[in-house]
Amino acid sequence: MEEVPHDCPGVGSAQAGRGASCQGCPNQGLCASGAGAAPDPAIEEIKEKMKTVKHKILVLSGKGGVGKSTFSAHLAHGLAEDENTQVALLDIDICGPSIPKIMGLEGEQVHQSGSGWSPVFLEDNLGVMSVGFLLSSPDDAVIWRGPKKNGMIKQFLRDVDWGEVDYLIVDTPPGTSDEHLSAVQYLAAAHIDGAVIITTPQEVSLQDVRKEISFCHKVKLPVIGVVENMSGFICPKCQKETQIFPPTTGGAEVMCHDLKVPLLGKVPLDPRIGIRFRLKAGYRISLEDSRGRCPACPVYREARRSPPCTRLLSVRVATKDSLFWLKHRIHQPP
Amino acid sequence: MEAAAEPGNLAGVRHIILVLSGKGGVGKSTISTELALALRHAGKKVGILDVDLCGPSIPRMLQVQGKAVHQCDSGWVPVFVDQEQSISLMSVGFLLEKPDEAVVWRGPKKNALIKQFVSDVAWGQLDYLVVDTPPGTSDEHMAVVDTLRPYSPLGALVVTTPQAVSVGDVRRELTFCKKVGLRVIGVVENMSGFVCPHCAECTNVFSRGGGEELARHAGVPFLGSVPLDPELTRSLEEGRDFIRGFPESPAFPALSCIAQKILNEAPVGLS
Repeated sequence: MEEVPHDCPGVGSAQAGRGASCQGCPNQGLCASGAGAAPDPAIEEIKEKMKTVKHKILVLSGKGGVGKSTFSAHLAHGLAEDENTQVALLDIDICGPSIPKIMGLEGEQVHQSGSGWSPVFLEDNLGVMSVGFLLSSPDDAVIWRGPKKNGMIKQFLRDVDWGEVDYLIVDTPPGTSDEHLSAVQYLAAAHIDGAVIITTPQEVSLQDVRKEISFCHKVKLPVIGVVENMSGFICPKCQKETQIFPPTTGGAEVMCHDLKVPLLGKVPLDPRIGIRFRLKAGYRISLEDSRGRCPACPVYREARRSPPCTRLLSVRVATKDSLFWLKHRIHQPP
Repeated sequence: MEAAAEPGNLAGVRHIILVLSGKGGVGKSTISTELALALRHAGKKVGILDVDLCGPSIPRMLQVQGKAVHQCDSGWVPVFVDQEQSISLMSVGFLLEKPDEAVVWRGPKKNALIKQFVSDVAWGQLDYLVVDTPPGTSDEHMAVVDTLRPYSPLGALVVTTPQAVSVGDVRRELTFCKKVGLRVIGVVENMSGFVCPHCAECTNVFSRGGGEELARHAGVPFLGSVPLDPELTRSLEEGRDFIRGFPESPAFPALSCIAQKILNEAPVGLS
């Protein structure tokens, strides 16, 4: 049996090795010695390393494919608009890293320097790190179990030469498992500002997101707020809006109200985002480009068929709104 | 191979199909559910095993959330979705006390539960067992492939959406299948196009053609594209008359075509 005894008090608890259920457990001696409870020395090292990182934000969602990476990219770009703000984007989705593609950095490699791995810089003030930069081919599958993924996350936090950073954005895989626990545990001593939770409007997504919020409560990670992505689709031909992912239970708004967490904003669905990914142009969205024109428009048929990119503009506005609230929440005194 | 001599609770299961995708939210659970319904429509008895432990969605899609799993002599009794008991379902969702509770488990604990799901669920006689997985190529996938290996599954259905980000993750999933020796039945492209209910204009919300290109690139069959259907999403959300209403959805023809291809597969898998 690999399963731990039913009433295992946990290796970190005071009862470790001493509880009634520890009798006969092969690890009883080890637990009783307290060796299991000793914190990983990496936590202290990471704390030391993170001294130069002012704010740490986790982007989470219980559900997959709701736009965690897209929003992380938006957020990184949005924050990096200000030249004086140093932004770092860390992708800890070990098995499905999407950040390199979204940022238009596919095929880039990480360099080793005296002070550790150097992130890949998209702009002078925007550094990116992902397991995708360590793979030799885009087809390479990272078939790793938990402990190996945790090791990688530890390395990302401890061994990457992040330098002076104002915001570290951590993009995560879906779920509430190894990667999430590790990120929270390794960063525990360094203080995480909190988590931004991404959802889509439909209940199938919200039910997973409620679990994610319950995870945040369990691990005592503050929830900065919720962003609703893919909030509605406007037909490029007739301009009428359809809810592709209908908010049958009231969407993120009702959930946020019920769980008493702030809603940072709603970002509409825009087909052009997908087009731009496919063009490998990366998602270099400029939040300040208020002319409302999409650079892809004159060139690509799909884009040309539609009116000037009002939707892309609304993605910008919505993101900018969310960004404003997010900054507001981070910077307000606790 | 020792386990093959003692098939246990999977003895009455004729074919096992895994539904995989490297990417999350592409519709693995939706496709699993739809496929089960389409196979049921073809007169088959179907079981669904939901091994997405951190985010089980199928109970809600089939509107059986809150139902309890009972114990019998031969193990856990799966939850029956319809009166005729032609679709049965097992999910971690049935084992949670509160629906919003997070399953905060690391790998080894997830592996143990998956083993239990494979060995201890009394499926009875089934034509098809559809195994729905979480996104990625990690613990759950290795556990499920390892524990099902003695029962020689028919293969894997790999789900993608058309856009490049998803296709990239799915390429990795195909590599995973190759590495663990799991046959790929084919690629299914979900959320292909969206027909505006107001003007019938078809927009490729998540761009187009990625699935087919991927299948060609990887040398595996392309089984078909399933269009985005807000009505279907809605009925999946509400579980409302889903089983009866399903044949009217624009996704149904695509799905029954895919189901037919899988039905045609079956004899090959047996030999």
